[in-house]
Amino acid sequence: MTRIGRWIGSHLVLTGGLLVLLYMYIPNIIVAIMSFNDSSGARNLYKFQKFTWDNWLHPCAPNNLCSSVVTSIEIGLLATIGATVIGTFAAFGLVRHRFAGRTAMNLVLFLPMATPEIVMGSSLLALFVAAGLGGQLGFWTILIAHIMFCISFVVVTVKSRLAGLDGNLEQAAADLYANEWQTFWKVTFPLVFPGILSAALLAFSLSFDDFIITNLNSGQTVTFPMYVWGAAQRGVPMQVNVIGTLMFLVALAAVIIGEVGARRRRKALAAR
Amino acid sequence: MIATARKRTGYLLILPAAVWLAIFFVVPFYSLLATSLYDPEGSVLTGYDVTWHLANYWDALSEYGTVMLRSLWYGAIATFFCLILGYLLSYAIAFKAGRWKTVMLVLVIAPFFTSFLIRTLAWKMILADDGFVVNTLQALHLMGDDGRLLATPVAVVAGLTYNFLPFMILPLYTSLEKMDPKLNEAAADLYANPFTRFWKVTWPLSLPGVVGGTLLTFIPATGDYINAELLGSPNERMVGNVIQSLFTTQGNYALAGALSVSLMVIIVAMVLVYVRKAGTEELL
Repeated sequence: MTRIGRWIGSHLVLTGGLLVLLYMYIPNIIVAIMSFNDSSGARNLYKFQKFTWDNWLHPCAPNNLCSSVVTSIEIGLLATIGATVIGTFAAFGLVRHRFAGRTAMNLVLFLPMATPEIVMGSSLLALFVAAGLGGQLGFWTILIAHIMFCISFVVVTVKSRLAGLDGNLEQAAADLYANEWQTFWKVTFPLVFPGILSAALLAFSLSFDDFIITNLNSGQTVTFPMYVWGAAQRGVPMQVNVIGTLMFLVALAAVIIGEVGARRRRKALAAR
Repeated sequence: MIATARKRTGYLLILPAAVWLAIFFVVPFYSLLATSLYDPEGSVLTGYDVTWHLANYWDALSEYGTVMLRSLWYGAIATFFCLILGYLLSYAIAFKAGRWKTVMLVLVIAPFFTSFLIRTLAWKMILADDGFVVNTLQALHLMGDDGRLLATPVAVVAGLTYNFLPFMILPLYTSLEKMDPKLNEAAADLYANPFTRFWKVTWPLSLPGVVGGTLLTFIPATGDYINAELLGSPNERMVGNVIQSLFTTQGNYALAGALSVSLMVIIVAMVLVYVRKAGTEELL
């Protein structure tokens, strides 16, 4: 005990940091626990009643839950592809090329990140209504909105990767008689790829999780966050906690696999 | 010749992003502005007329002025708490984590892959009237027997703080990470105590991160309505709740538009003053 006490004393800042980290995990722990809760016949849905595997065995039992997850994944994938392609192009244009209007473009890219979602969502709704699309809100209007707010985050992520790139490598490729096209695909792109990948991951998670903008522009289409919102008015089925825990685990696995892969590549490079 | 070709490639590369953002981000602002000047007598069925009905703004601010102030206030307190907690964690990761740096950074981001609505609902459970936290506080006599956390400003601000913490941590960490630890050692060699070292060396060098982080926290926190809706009561209603319900359930587009534009104008004005005061204009 005293040893732990001494460690804490000499690592005060680290201990504080770890406590903050722990605080960030409290809801996730609760969600994981509740995914094993048997809530059948319970009045109070906010209390743990009885242990069960049922929620994990039948995650699709509540009506419309899984179809909303599928809708969210579809929109998420399409939005990720759209925003990643558009945003990566823009990042290359902004870092590698000098032209009039760069400052204006940087500002337009910064603004969506600095605008409250409620303002962005309501102005987009105002546009759709003014364009006479008020009755056709749904999958496509959600997709348009998601691509819109993901672009900026993709550009920022890819830009920082590009800016940190060692220009000497491309110079070396050119010295070895690689043409511009070869240099790009053999040198530049592989080096930037991790940045593009993390931008795509970010875009997907932003899209999958978005509620405020989606809610205003969704019409009758129900995404996963909208399902949770609707269910919250009556009492959320415990399977929602299964989906939440699953998402957390899948994302964690993706990040770990990516990190291990990167480490192995670095080691292989160093061994050469 | 080559220079113009490169310039053209530059334009071509940014063209898709520029067009998309122009149509679906810039033009909508114009639509919102037009909406805010609608004749409030119109409806979705009969159509709207832009009648330069500036009274919408007067109506919006006189009716929802307190809600607006409350949102700004909640946003500010949540940002303050985020700054304290976020600074502690980013500092620990940047300087104290050693080889666990990457792992800790991943651990910061990981919880946010669980949908934030689900996590906010979990807070509802944690802060519930017969929940663990309330029971403990009552057992310690820090809270009266009929005291509660849910449906109070405390719960809403706590929820906002929790939800927007990563937006504070990431920019803070980025600017702390860039700092050379030798600067701190140099200050120590010059007999600066830890407190002076922090205020004269670390803090000023981390200012870009502080400004970036506070903006990225304050803006979405002020416009948020999920926390107020799930953790608060009508007494904690924020401006987001009002705009949302005016648009979706009450169909009062004119008033909702005016309130939205007002929120944006107030936030932009505050950001400009703040960035100028903090002296980090190059940030934009």
